[in-house]
Amino acid sequence: MDAVKRYFRSPAAVIGLILLLLVIAMAISAGLLYPRDPLALAGRPLIWPFSNPRFLLGTDNSGRDIAAQIFYGARISLLIGGVATVIAILIGILVGAFAGYYGGWVDNVLMRITEAFQTLPNFVLLLVLVAVFGSTLTTVTIAVGVVSWPAPARLTRAEFLSLRNREFVQAGKTLGMKDVQLILGEILPNALPPVIVYASVVMAVAILLESALAFLRLSDPNVASWGNLIGLGRDVLRVQWYVSAIPGIAILVTVLAVSLVGQGLNDALNPRLKSR
Amino acid sequence: MRILSLAGRRLAASIPTLFLILIGVFLLLQLAPGDTVDALMAQMGGGDAATAEALRKFYGLDLSVPAQLGNYLWHLVRLDLGFSSIYGKPVATVILERLPPTILLMTASLSFAFFFGLVFGVIASRGVNRWPDTLISTLGLIFYATPSFWFGLMAIVVFSVYLQWLPPGGFEDIGTVQTGIWRVLDIAAHLVLPTLTLGLIFLAIYLRIMRASMLEVLNLDFVRTARAKGLDETHVITRHVLRNALLPMVTLIGLQAGTMLGGSVVVESVFSLPGLGRLAYESVVQRDLNTLLGIVFVSALLVISVNFVVDLLYARLDPRIAAEG
Repeated sequence: MDAVKRYFRSPAAVIGLILLLLVIAMAISAGLLYPRDPLALAGRPLIWPFSNPRFLLGTDNSGRDIAAQIFYGARISLLIGGVATVIAILIGILVGAFAGYYGGWVDNVLMRITEAFQTLPNFVLLLVLVAVFGSTLTTVTIAVGVVSWPAPARLTRAEFLSLRNREFVQAGKTLGMKDVQLILGEILPNALPPVIVYASVVMAVAILLESALAFLRLSDPNVASWGNLIGLGRDVLRVQWYVSAIPGIAILVTVLAVSLVGQGLNDALNPRLKSR
Repeated sequence: MRILSLAGRRLAASIPTLFLILIGVFLLLQLAPGDTVDALMAQMGGGDAATAEALRKFYGLDLSVPAQLGNYLWHLVRLDLGFSSIYGKPVATVILERLPPTILLMTASLSFAFFFGLVFGVIASRGVNRWPDTLISTLGLIFYATPSFWFGLMAIVVFSVYLQWLPPGGFEDIGTVQTGIWRVLDIAAHLVLPTLTLGLIFLAIYLRIMRASMLEVLNLDFVRTARAKGLDETHVITRHVLRNALLPMVTLIGLQAGTMLGGSVVVESVFSLPGLGRLAYESVVQRDLNTLLGIVFVSALLVISVNFVVDLLYARLDPRIAAEG
């Protein structure tokens, strides 16, 4: 309860939470406010924002409603960001837990693999994965998750290293608990909080990665994604710059909200560090 | 000498990592739909099966996967990255041609981010929780959340389209042939916006780390001692605090080298710079898998060399590291 109180005492964390809830509300209400397909033609192309009450944010180069695409784009960004984060954190926990708990050659092999993933620029690996497996919503989400796991793995490993020789673990060993029980039931719950907080960083980066991929037209072209819209707007950048500008602000706000919430959680859960 | 051998040992340790990456990506690319010959045939406008067969034999693509991998690694040891059928040149040549803009861009962005991150971080930590700190920290958060490609596009709209101060893209003006200092200035003008665009997110990261690191070091005993000796505040900061606070920043350069290289893929595409990142993008679109694998190799090599330099710098900043070796 203390942590909740501490969270709401920080104005930045509250602003972040409000922004995040706003984006989630957009994602939920997209179908209600814009029942038509957001990628269907809606009107004249390139209507400026606020000039036609039917299209509050104007239309893009082919006459599709920008506001509808922004609302549906919130779904895609949150979906890809969220699922990719879950994938990255799960792989990270699995690798980090085994490496940290067993040590020795298991640790060596797993850390070598982690190092290999960290040496290769993650966007280059993302390009390779998209080149191999194609760019549908599913493959892009999995690919973003697969390139993001090394950092959470290292974090989990560090936590496990510091926890594995504690008394409660030794007590569990004496009681004859199996390794899996010890890892999942005893150590993991204690190692989890910093990893969960770090998930906000993973999610922020995942949203940025997907939007960059979409901007390069290497993500799924059949969904209304903010990155796709920025890429389209690039063709009319000289005059109708708003086509690119609006979805960019949406990405900025979402990533900002996720980072603020993450920072707020971090400060609330580690009160000692907050005074700085 | 100690420093060199220490960093050298770390360098040697990264060779297995490099091979792991290459083998992994090589096997991954085997799963890709279509191979070099398919891409080549598509460019020639199609052809019969016999031609394809002959071409596969010519490129060694008819062998088993382990044999192909062995071949590739054997060629690689002799710095032969294979042949790009799309560009009609050896992959090594193609990559070398594209390397200078990327290295230039990365160096410029890193210097920009490092320098301003340091300055802003110090300013923020000096006025902690007062308005300069709040302003700088807020800006840092916003920069961190800004998608680089979007910032690049908006910068083009403002500085190239409306104000017409800077060129919207390209590496140099190809309309006029320039030499000497004019060419340098021309390239510099072309690199201003890409540098800002790529450096922005790193500026945000550096200033945050620098601020935290300064605050941490400012609380240590030796700083109190320095103040007790009667040193003035500027002296304490520049001579005593800064050097120690710089360590995490230097570590970060090594950690972020890969991210920066990945970021240059996007930034080079926005500003149509003929660099390595754009080559990576083009080779994905054109299914030039040989070149893609070569880029994977070269980018891993770049990241490893940056980390080597960081190791050296690190030992220089903190003599204890070399001594413990």
